[in-house]
This record gives sequence, C-alpha cells and structure tokens, in this order.
Amino acid sequence: MTDPTMCVSRRDFARFSLAASAAMLVGGKTARAAAPTGEPIRIGVLHSLSGTMAISETTLKDVILMLVDLQNKKGGVGGRPLEAVVVDPASNWPLYTEKARQLLAVDKVAAVFGCWTSVSRKAVLPVFEELNGILFYPVQYEGQECSRNVFYMGAAPNQQAIPAVDYLLGEDGGSARRFALIGTDYVYPRTTNQILQAYLKQKGIADADVMVSYMPFGQSDWQTTVSQIKAFGSAGKKTAVISTINGDANVPFYKELGAQGIAATDIPVMAFSVGEEELAGMDTKPLVGQLAAWNYFESIDTPANKAFINAWHTFTKSPKRVTNDPMEAHYIGFNLWVQAVEKTGTTDHDKVIAAMVGLKQPNLTGGIAEVLPNHHITKPVYIGEIQDDGQFNVVWQTPQEIPAQAWSPYVPETRNLTGDWRAPISCGNYDTAKKACLGTRHA
Amino acid sequence: MRDIRWRLALATIILTASGYMAVSPVQAQTDTPSAIQRQADQPAAPAPVVAVTPAPDAYSGLASTHFDVIAASIAQIGSQETPQAHDTLKALASHHLFAGNDGHALYIHDGDGWRDVRTGIPASPDPNQVHPVRVNNRVRLALAEVQAGQALVTGTPAQRLAAASRLAEHPDPALLLLVDHALDTSHDAALDATLKRAKAAIILSPGAPVSNPATLLAAVASLRAQGGLTSRAVLAGFAGNETAPTQARDAARHAMASIDRREKIWALGQQAFYGLSLGSVLLLVAMGLAITFGVMGVINMAHGELVMLGAYTTYLVQKGVLAVAPGLSGFTLVLAAPAAFVVCSAIGVLIERSLIRFLYGRPLETLLATWGLSLIIQQAVRSVFGSTNVAVSTPGWLSGAFQLGGMTITMNRLAIMLFAAAVMVALMLVLRRTALGLEMRAVTQNRRMATLMGIRTARVDALTFALGSGVAGLAGVAVSQIDNVSPNLGQGYIIDSFLVVVFGGVGNLWGTLAAAMTLGIGGKTLEPLLGAVSGKILLLVLVIVFIQRCPRGMFPLRGRGIES
Repeated sequence: MTDPTMCVSRRDFARFSLAASAAMLVGGKTARAAAPTGEPIRIGVLHSLSGTMAISETTLKDVILMLVDLQNKKGGVGGRPLEAVVVDPASNWPLYTEKARQLLAVDKVAAVFGCWTSVSRKAVLPVFEELNGILFYPVQYEGQECSRNVFYMGAAPNQQAIPAVDYLLGEDGGSARRFALIGTDYVYPRTTNQILQAYLKQKGIADADVMVSYMPFGQSDWQTTVSQIKAFGSAGKKTAVISTINGDANVPFYKELGAQGIAATDIPVMAFSVGEEELAGMDTKPLVGQLAAWNYFESIDTPANKAFINAWHTFTKSPKRVTNDPMEAHYIGFNLWVQAVEKTGTTDHDKVIAAMVGLKQPNLTGGIAEVLPNHHITKPVYIGEIQDDGQFNVVWQTPQEIPAQAWSPYVPETRNLTGDWRAPISCGNYDTAKKACLGTRHA
Repeated sequence: MRDIRWRLALATIILTASGYMAVSPVQAQTDTPSAIQRQADQPAAPAPVVAVTPAPDAYSGLASTHFDVIAASIAQIGSQETPQAHDTLKALASHHLFAGNDGHALYIHDGDGWRDVRTGIPASPDPNQVHPVRVNNRVRLALAEVQAGQALVTGTPAQRLAAASRLAEHPDPALLLLVDHALDTSHDAALDATLKRAKAAIILSPGAPVSNPATLLAAVASLRAQGGLTSRAVLAGFAGNETAPTQARDAARHAMASIDRREKIWALGQQAFYGLSLGSVLLLVAMGLAITFGVMGVINMAHGELVMLGAYTTYLVQKGVLAVAPGLSGFTLVLAAPAAFVVCSAIGVLIERSLIRFLYGRPLETLLATWGLSLIIQQAVRSVFGSTNVAVSTPGWLSGAFQLGGMTITMNRLAIMLFAAAVMVALMLVLRRTALGLEMRAVTQNRRMATLMGIRTARVDALTFALGSGVAGLAGVAVSQIDNVSPNLGQGYIIDSFLVVVFGGVGNLWGTLAAAMTLGIGGKTLEPLLGAVSGKILLLVLVIVFIQRCPRGMFPLRGRGIES
C-alpha cells in the first residue's frame, strides 16, 4: 500500500489503468461455469441496456443469462458449457449493426438472441445474412419478412392482431362495429394497421367506421386523441380501440383515458404492446377490463409457468419481477437452439439452421411450439383483461396453436407469398402463383 | 344482437317484488331458459363422485366458463330480492366470489373466511377445486345493469339519481318499465329530469318496444335539447334503424346535425382548454429553466433530470405516507410539493457549488458538464429505482372529469393549470418583492456593480440556481400525474423547456408564459388539422422562422447592463 496521505502518483495511475483495462478485455471470458468441461460455446446477447429501450430489453438480457445459468447447471450443451457474450447497442440502431458484426466476426458466437424494435432487427438483418449468423428474435412484429438467418419467436400478425380483432367483433368482446386504430408512428404499427384495415374491410366494416391516427414516440399529451376517440365512438355503433402504441407513451395514454372517464365497458382498448412489464408502473384501477393480446401471460396457471416464474424470482433475487411474452419467446428460442445443437452435435450455423425446422418445444402455458419451414413457430393466442393488481385475466384463447404466416394474405402484394427454407424451395418469399422465388434475400 | 329477453323478465320481476305489477314469477322463469339450457349444453366437467347431482338453479350459471351464461345468471340473481342475492352480486363485484370446478358449488371468500353462497354456512372447499368466477367486460356490463335497475327501485335518492344518469348514458330497453315506474313515484325535480332523458334514450335505442311516431318525435326533440355525444350516439343509432318511421328518422338526422353544430362550437372551447393545459405543463417545466438559463445564463442540460427527481420525490413521499399514515393518502401531493421543492433546491445548490460555479462564462463547458451530469443522474436513478416506471397514484379528488357545457374538463389538467398559475405568481413575487429577488436582478443586470454594492454574488448565484431547481422539482410533482415516472422522464421535457425559454425571450418570465401558451395552443390547434407528427414539425419550423427574425425571443429584455 502507498502512503494514504499521498495523492495517486502518475505511475500508480498508469499501473492501475493498465490492470483495469486488461481486466476489462479479459472480462467475460474469464467468468466460466465450472461444471461442464470442454471448450465453451459462446452465444451473443444483443439487447439495449441503456437508452429508451433499456426499460424493455434489460429484462430479456437477464432471461438469457438465467437460461444459460440453468443450462450449465444441467451440464451445458453436449457436455460443453455455454458462455453469454453481452453487448450493449444502447438503443442506437446503427450501433446494433456494429455490435452484431462484432458478435459474429470477432466473438464468433454460435447464435445471437436479441433485438426488440423492428427497426433494430432490420438494421442487423444484412449483417446476419452476410456473415451467415443465427438470430433469435423474441418480440411480436408486423410480419412481411422471412430471413433464412432469423428465427422469429414472437407472434406474426395472424398470431396476435387478427385473433384480437376477431374477439372484438365477437359477442364476448362486445360486437364492435367501429374501430379506432391508434399507434406510434413507425414501421410496426403502420404495417400492422395496413393489414388490419384490409382485414376489417373483408369483415364488412366500412372505411368510414375505421379511424387511424399516429403519434410520435414518447408522446405524453393524449388529450386531443382521446377526445377524438370519444367523438368517434358517438356514432351509435359499438366502438373499440386497437392500440399499437409502443413504449413510454402508453402510460399517459391510459391515464388520459381514465381521466376522461372512458371505461373498458364503453370503449374497450385492445393493446398489442402492453404487457406485465409496462403495467408495472401504472395504477391499473381505472384500466380494469382493458384488453391485451399476447401468446403468454404471467397469470396463466401451469406447472411449467410456475417453475419458470420461480426460477426468475430466484435468479433476479426479487419476488416482484414480472414475466412477460418476449421472455417466454426467448425461453422457447433458447431451448429450440439447444435441441438443434444437441441433435446435430455441432454449432455449425448451416447445420443448426437446417436442423431447426420441425423441432418442438413445450410452451410455458401449455401446448407445443413447433418451428415451421418459414422460421416462425406455432403459438397459442390469449386475450387478457387488465385487473386491478396489474396482471391479466385470460378471457379468451385459441383452441389450439396457430401457425405463423410470415406474409399477410390480406395485403395484395404479399397474398401469394410464402416462406419455406427446406430444400428444394429454400426461399423466403416464394410466390405460389408464379411458382418462383422472388429472389431478394429477405424482404 | 344482444338477447334482451331475460332482462325484460328481470324488470318485471323487480316490479313484482316491489308490488307494482302482478306477474307470476313462474312465467318469468320460463322466459329465461337460456342460462340453464346453455349450462346443460356444456361438456360435463370431470366432477367428483357425488351421490346426487344438485339441481341447477339461478346461481349455477355463475360457475360456468361461458361469459354469456354468467351474464344471464347475474340477471336472474339480480331479480331475486333476497339479501343472499345482494351479497352474491356484491362479492362478485369485489372479486370475492368463487365457483367450484364441478360447475355448481359457489363460495364467498372474504375477510370472514369461506362460506357457501346458497346456505350461508361456513365452508372449507379444497382451494384446488375452486376458481374465481370468470369476469369480463360483458359480465361487468350485466352486473352494472342489474345494479342500476335495483338502485332505481330500492336505492337512496342519490343512488336513484346515479342509476338514472347511468341509464341515460347506457340506455337499456329492458329497464323501460322500471323507468316508467320510477317516473310515476318520483317526487324530485332533478331525478324527474334525468329519468325523462333516460326514457327518451331508451325509446330510441335498438330493441326498444315499438312506440308511436309522436312519442318517438318527442324523444328525439328531448335528446336534441339535451345535446352531447351520448345523445348523438343514440340518435345516430336510431337514424340508422331501417324499421323506424321515416319521419322520426329524419327528425333524428336533423337533431344530429344540430348537435354536431353545437359540438363544433364547444370543440373550439375544448381545444382551447387542451391548449392551455399543454401550455401550463410547458410553463411549469420551463419556469425553472427560465431562472437558471434565463436569469443566470447557465445552459443546464440536467434541468429535465431535476424535474424527474421531483417526480421521484413525489413517489417516495407517497410511499412514505402510505406506510406511516394511510389515512392521509389523499393529501400526498400537498406534502410532495414542498418536499420536491426542498429536495431539488438542495440538489441544485450542490450542483451549483460543486460544478457550475467553476464554469461561469464558459457556456460550452457548462453544456457538456451538465449533459454529463444528466446522464449520471439518470443512471443513478436507474440503479436505485430500476429502469421500469414507478407507480405514482392520482388521489381521488384529482381523478375524473366534469362536464362544462359541452366540454370535458379533466380534474388533473385543471389542477395543473391552477398549480402552474400559482407557481408563476409566487415566482413573480419572489423576484419583485423580496430582497433575494432584488439581489438576483441586480446580479443579473450588472454583476460587478452588484459586487461593489456589497451583494455576495456567490451566495446569490447559489440561491438563484436553487430556486430554479426547486421550481423544476415542483414541475416534477405535476408531471408525475400525467406522465411516466421513469429515469427517462426528463429527456422528454428538456427540448421543450429550452424552446419555450428561447422563444419567449431569455430572462423574462412573462415571455416564458406567453411562449408556453403560444406553443401549447398552437400545437393543439394544429394537431387535429395535420396530425400530431406533422403538426409538431410545422410548429418547430414556425418557431425557427420566428427566431431567425427575432433572435431574442418574443419579449427580449432590454437594457444596457445585460451581460452577454
């Protein structure tokens, strides 16, 4: 030790910095699980840990770390331990591209679990296709994409949006005949609403009975929109709102609904991006009865889900942490990847991708997720109503799992498209009418 | 279409019970077979071995998994004027009602433990064999209808009035008889008027018994006079009903047009209210900056984070009050405001003494340093409170809204407007009427001269910064009522705050007020015309053009002594 009265000398400082940077460089690579032996298999975690998306994505990083931990305790994969390489793209879309390249080219990871917003997925897509990586994408999205290098573990529109609209049109949902589509202004809401508008038209809802409105990210003043919804609802027909509002803007939106006295029994709001995590910061009493459509709810009572929630509470050392849909998607994706690696006995990307189609993994809430030729999976769909404890009460579910449609049959340009990555078609956008692959690499 | 047969039956039964009409309950029972039938249609649950399966009754439907069966059962139970029925519906409304998985047993589970619904005898069911009675919006609606119907007949005057207003907004043809009965027995002018509104709405709603054209026309006229969006909805539904007489439908269309005209005028007022309320929020968050940036010239990029800390203080105060004195939970905001002011002022002094005072006169360094500071504060809050939102609840007296003519005035927005006005007045008084205010203005106008006059400028600087920070904290209290309380909260307001201060004229509180209101009302006027995104873009373009022409804002401070 140096003399405590002395300031840090320049040499000490240099020595310290060297040691610190060396430690940082070695960093993740020194922390290895002890139990399984052999060369570790590295997997990448590409989730924002800072910036606006940190609120949602930090949890997903933790889930992967938990799954890696549990897998290593079970003896790793094929006797080899797993090692997570965590990077932080900081909610910065170009940085996603950079970090994805780093994971694939420098860290040589066997698979990457990551991305939340569609814009981040679109940013890394070219990198994954160029370097032939594997990305497991855990969030519900707008569809109209089918890449060989991506496994879409979240819902396609026909696994969330379409069943949700069916529920609203049905008697239990209030037989709605007028729809306000309210969303944040970016690719996911716009594409989803385009599909929904086509679908509603097919269901006999006139154009005059559909209102579409977009708000910027992080909008905090919803007074005008809510009063527009109220006026829109005064046309003598049962009205419902379909919300594709994302992120922080949801809280002020629901607060304004509550303040202006719109109850779920008058004008129900069906949300596609509001889950347990988003409700955690809300006083849900004025929201009781508002709806959300997902493929997983924490409140669904199955032994597998209970075990998962317990493991999550143990891992995070907090009994208050909630679980949500994208977390289950990571759970499914991770286990499918483990299966594929154990089946092929290698982490070789081409072999793993080929082995994935047809693999099955039980969902946490019952039923089986099966990897389809279009690299999406089958999923059950649940409609939940918000309760005053911030959890969802499932009021409707599909009788069985629904296979994902990567391309929407309701959009004229993609009506005939299908994805099939098995030989001999091996194409993401195969036109069944022309019997030809459209050929571009992904979209 | 909704099946209203069973609800018509319910009305007759309630009236029978209250001695108004002599209808045999048996007849009513035969009118409502759907519940029992549906129950029988269901696949039988794997029931435990029971010697005799209990006969299904009105209550069995509650144990169903189908919402239509549950809703029908509620209507049947509601028609029974027994304390048992009343308790059951109350338990259902408060989530205390549980059903056995056998599709028959029903228990109330509340503070007194488990008891059987039918017998009232304490029970001890296997918790794995019961589930909460399923509730969704359809069931909630049925429950509300039944409870409104009951209140109309047997409630206290206040309950009857509430039930009548509910009916006027949610007209239910099944309850027409009850409304007529209530009208006959009503001796209260307010209740009478509300009931007449309700009746007019019911007569025109789909599924109502056929009325003669004169009655329909009278109902249309009544709704036309009433106005408002709910009347418009009923009229629109009636106008679209092809089986109704043409003359009455035409009248309904005219009435709608008349209501639309009135609504258009009210909408202008409503827009003005929205604009003023948005302006008040802008004013609140910008006022602190108007002091630190406007008066002191410090570019404080951490201003938003001070607002955020004010919101978190509100959260902590609320949590503390709930833990110590839950009875005071309605007044947490009253306590939170001074707390946030003190906390943020203290942090402000800390920032000024430890960072900003070394950087006076170096705006670029100040900008960088305070920006770094904002990141540090954000991350610190994220580490302590987590990255997710924390829940700040709205006290009862601040929730909801009231009607002012055709305008909806939300309580929380109104409170924020008044709060902003109060803070503005207080700030003006501090600047104009106190010694500190005098010293502050002196230091701003000519620092060297002020020093020569014996003013301790360092102390004044610290206090001024503390004042600005404290006002930011107050803004945080207000913002916690309408926005997310998360570590990112401040980022959403920092740009707007600078925009308001620069647009209004640096160093002038009146300018800040004018700018906040201009931006608020301008934004809210453009939003419905162009959409929120384009509206915001246009507004920013207009501000840029304005700043080009008048670089010192709307109300520039003039004088020789201003330091640049």
